Amino acid sequence: MTRGPRIGDPAPRPDGPDKVTGRFPYSSDLRAPGMLWGAAVRSPHASARIVGIDPAPALALEGVAAVLTADDVPGRPTYGLAVADQPAFARDLVRHHGEAVAVVAAATPDLARRAARAVAVDYAPLDPLTDPAAAVTAAPLHPNGNVFRHLIVRRGDVAAAAADPDLVTVEDTYEVGRQDPAFLGLESGLAVPAADGGVDLAVSTQFLHADRDQVAASLGLAPERVRLTLAGVGGAFGGREDLTLHLHLCLLALRTGRPVGMAYDRSESFVGHVTRHPARMWYRHRATRDGTLVSVEARVLLDGGAYQSTSAAVLANACCFAAGPYRVPHALVEGWAVRTNHPPAGALRGFGIPQVCFAHESQMDALAAALGVDPVDLRRRNALAPGDALLTGQRITGTAPAVACLDAAVAHPLPAPPDDDPLRRPGGTGLATGPGDVRRGVGVAMAFKNLMYSEGLQDLSTASVRLAVDGGELVATVHCAAAEVGQGFVTLAQQIVRTELGVDRVVLRAADTSIGEAGSSSASRQSWMSGGAVAAACAGVRDEVLARVAAGRGGRGEAFALRDGEVVSRDGGLRLPLAEVVGADPVEAVRVFTHADTAPLDADGQGDAHVAFVFTAHRAVVDVDPALGSVQVVQIATGQDIGRALNPLAVTGQLEGGIAQGLGLALLEDVVTREGRVATRTFQDYLVPTALDVGDVVATLIEEPEPGAPYGAKGVGEAPTLSSIPAVVAAVRAATGRRLRRVPVRPAHVALGEDGVAPFVVPGGPAAPPGVVTGPEGPLAKPALTDPPGVAELPGGEGGA
Amino acid sequence: MTEEQHHITLHVNGVPRTATVPARRLLSDALRHDLGLTGTHAGCEHGVCGCCTVLLDGEPVRSCLLLAVTAQGAAIRTVEGLAGPDGALHPIQRAFAECHGLQCGFCTPGFLMTTAGLLDRSPAPTDGEIEESMAGNLCRCTGYQNITTSVRRAAELLAAGQGGDPAGPWAGEDPQEPVAEAPLAAGPYAPPPGGGVPGEARR
Ligand code: FES
Ligand code: FES
Repeated sequence: MTRGPRIGDPAPRPDGPDKVTGRFPYSSDLRAPGMLWGAAVRSPHASARIVGIDPAPALALEGVAAVLTADDVPGRPTYGLAVADQPAFARDLVRHHGEAVAVVAAATPDLARRAARAVAVDYAPLDPLTDPAAAVTAAPLHPNGNVFRHLIVRRGDVAAAAADPDLVTVEDTYEVGRQDPAFLGLESGLAVPAADGGVDLAVSTQFLHADRDQVAASLGLAPERVRLTLAGVGGAFGGREDLTLHLHLCLLALRTGRPVGMAYDRSESFVGHVTRHPARMWYRHRATRDGTLVSVEARVLLDGGAYQSTSAAVLANACCFAAGPYRVPHALVEGWAVRTNHPPAGALRGFGIPQVCFAHESQMDALAAALGVDPVDLRRRNALAPGDALLTGQRITGTAPAVACLDAAVAHPLPAPPDDDPLRRPGGTGLATGPGDVRRGVGVAMAFKNLMYSEGLQDLSTASVRLAVDGGELVATVHCAAAEVGQGFVTLAQQIVRTELGVDRVVLRAADTSIGEAGSSSASRQSWMSGGAVAAACAGVRDEVLARVAAGRGGRGEAFALRDGEVVSRDGGLRLPLAEVVGADPVEAVRVFTHADTAPLDADGQGDAHVAFVFTAHRAVVDVDPALGSVQVVQIATGQDIGRALNPLAVTGQLEGGIAQGLGLALLEDVVTREGRVATRTFQDYLVPTALDVGDVVATLIEEPEPGAPYGAKGVGEAPTLSSIPAVVAAVRAATGRRLRRVPVRPAHVALGEDGVAPFVVPGGPAAPPGVVTGPEGPLAKPALTDPPGVAELPGGEGGA
Repeated sequence: MTEEQHHITLHVNGVPRTATVPARRLLSDALRHDLGLTGTHAGCEHGVCGCCTVLLDGEPVRSCLLLAVTAQGAAIRTVEGLAGPDGALHPIQRAFAECHGLQCGFCTPGFLMTTAGLLDRSPAPTDGEIEESMAGNLCRCTGYQNITTSVRRAAELLAAGQGGDPAGPWAGEDPQEPVAEAPLAAGPYAPPPGGGVPGEARR
């Protein structure tokens, strides 16, 4: 065995060879003898009463084994990550387009789809609630009411700032559309009934244990009877944190006594998983004439769709980070996450921050323009530094290289001016932009985000490491339930074991629920949390090895050390090959890793709610055809706070992929709904950036090791998607002079100058545009919000936490 | 309702394979389900993502846009047919694995086959040619920079190498060390190499 990559080395993926040969088994590739195929029956309406469901026409088809509805759920009828408010199957009432009403099992995938179409569901359509601003006062769509969370973050005294006539004020309204995770590997999995009455489920997911607990509750089984194994995941980005087909698969397998597979198609996927929260935001910034920020007021309204998912935590992020990475002595932020008849919104790369980042960075540019100063200087002057306080009052005790990120992003040389290559022109060869029509623009933006879970949420990961000798060679086996979704945790786990134990051959067991939980592969947390758990388990193995050596010699473990695959005594008298110490008696250690406690936010949104922060900055260069409104991204330069690059290959991959997703939200990606129905259900109308759309990416990694983090590293899964969005839009504004207050920016917004953003309507308050409010004594932070109005007699009754 | 079935023979990766399929069976489904070759992926089934790209008589095509019956008698090369018979990675595969040209890897078989088609036509493509060719395939993870690098590297390896056929199986030397044991995914339910159902004899 040659020496494998250690921490800090560029490490290729261990699953690379399997993935390039087609051997790697994705969740859509799983088969079992005698298996059936499932397909869901989904509502074509955004809101409707279910008058009746007749499975008979489906059951009459030869080869159809079962049709299940809400009546067939033996346990809890609902599920949900934070609050179990989402029915396994709609009963009596559907609350969003695509909501599952029934599921069928049949001999082949084709037949299952045909049978699903044959199930006769009689709907009485209702008027859908599609305006999030109206949701607060509208009749409740659900026994839990229409407000998932209402949050205020109050710091300092914005009234005093408002009274100062010398301050410069900028104020505007912004909107963010609905971004889909658009992972390429569609939802799929295989459930196999087990002899003990339980079920084995192999599925693509981000969080095995949360899936297991929700599935078990609805099956009415003890959690240990539901065993999950991670199947190959074709991308996730947040969109696999919630249950999709998991429960349906298990119900079918248990009912039919046969293995059941299921796979969504793309149009089903668009309504079958969570998206990013569409947002409406109003902002007012005040600064001194020399460009020092004094106050930020913001209102953030998130459309959470029909069920809660992670809406409450997404809103907290949006509010806590509403002002961006700047020192703001006075702030008042009010946020709402509400229920509508849109498909549920939930986690998506950035978790609430891409929305506010677009707004706060647009505001910083507007402020720079109002002050007549350079936008980069304005940001540098106000940027957070270690020791500064956030809007929540929390002081940054770790690293905060905001200025270093910004300086690095703008230090990259600018690309060459537009050339004559028609492929490089906005609109490509398909749109007739002449060489003289191209205008270039440059925009800069920055952002920061929390790492890991916040607000006192339990956050832990578990890993085991086992050291054995196999054929004379040392083999370390790692077991951890952290979901590998493409981010490269499997690579990192191997690097950690090699670094800590000096063992080159590192085998990874499948991630499953036979070990304790590892938490979700989200919130940029797995390098820190599961990386920390693997490192701790290695330390446990090392301690036992040393104790074993010491015991054989009547000494203490501390007298020895492990160095490059050898046990050595600290006095230099002894050198023993590790393989000899392990011999026929493997050494194993299991460790649970946690991070420093966090606190809930108080009534003013104050508290040490977060663990650590990652900073980032982007500079975008775009070419625009102002007449056609087409935009070509030429280059994105970034400075990225990384703590320490554990695997430069993986870090670069995360930066480039994350930037492509930010650019997609800035210019292309929007799930369009009409009367609550999802209109964009193919990749022909939901546009994912291609190789020609992304431009060049040039990156500088800022390595300032984070105290308290394993190896000093900060997770970098989300940061690249944050400020890349406003940087691209700022560049388009610079090229065209357009206002552009909505993302994605559409060609018509650029060409015609009308961005379609309506004045912000305060949810539940007077419907006056914020522009007429003269000070904070207006409706801001005085919402007409009491407890959600009483629940009308809604059928169903699947509420409750 | 019984549908009329058709017996077809496809020359997949140099091996004649037969299947009995209805006329509406997509080529992608015939490969994945009837022949058990799950290395060809389906990300949209409406011709946009490129995950399902295979070579049909040497040309890259989207197998989700073809009916299996129309491929009767054709030579089809899938990702399973890129490596040499001894398992040696094809230079295109090596390039993607070494240049971090994949993360989740779901798009990868499509990119590999598109690359095979490109390098067959144009052994020394310009950056513009590479980007234009790759723009027909979606990748949600990588941002494409490493994919472009991988394609350039594949062209270099093929040029420096043993005159291999970019679209044919690789018969040359494979100097690559195995990187490490791959992590398992979904243990017992994974399809056996070469296709089929776990626990069942191969057809
Ligand atoms: S599956 Fe064929 S192009 Fe997407
Ligand atoms: S590597 Fe995940 S889609 Fe390309």
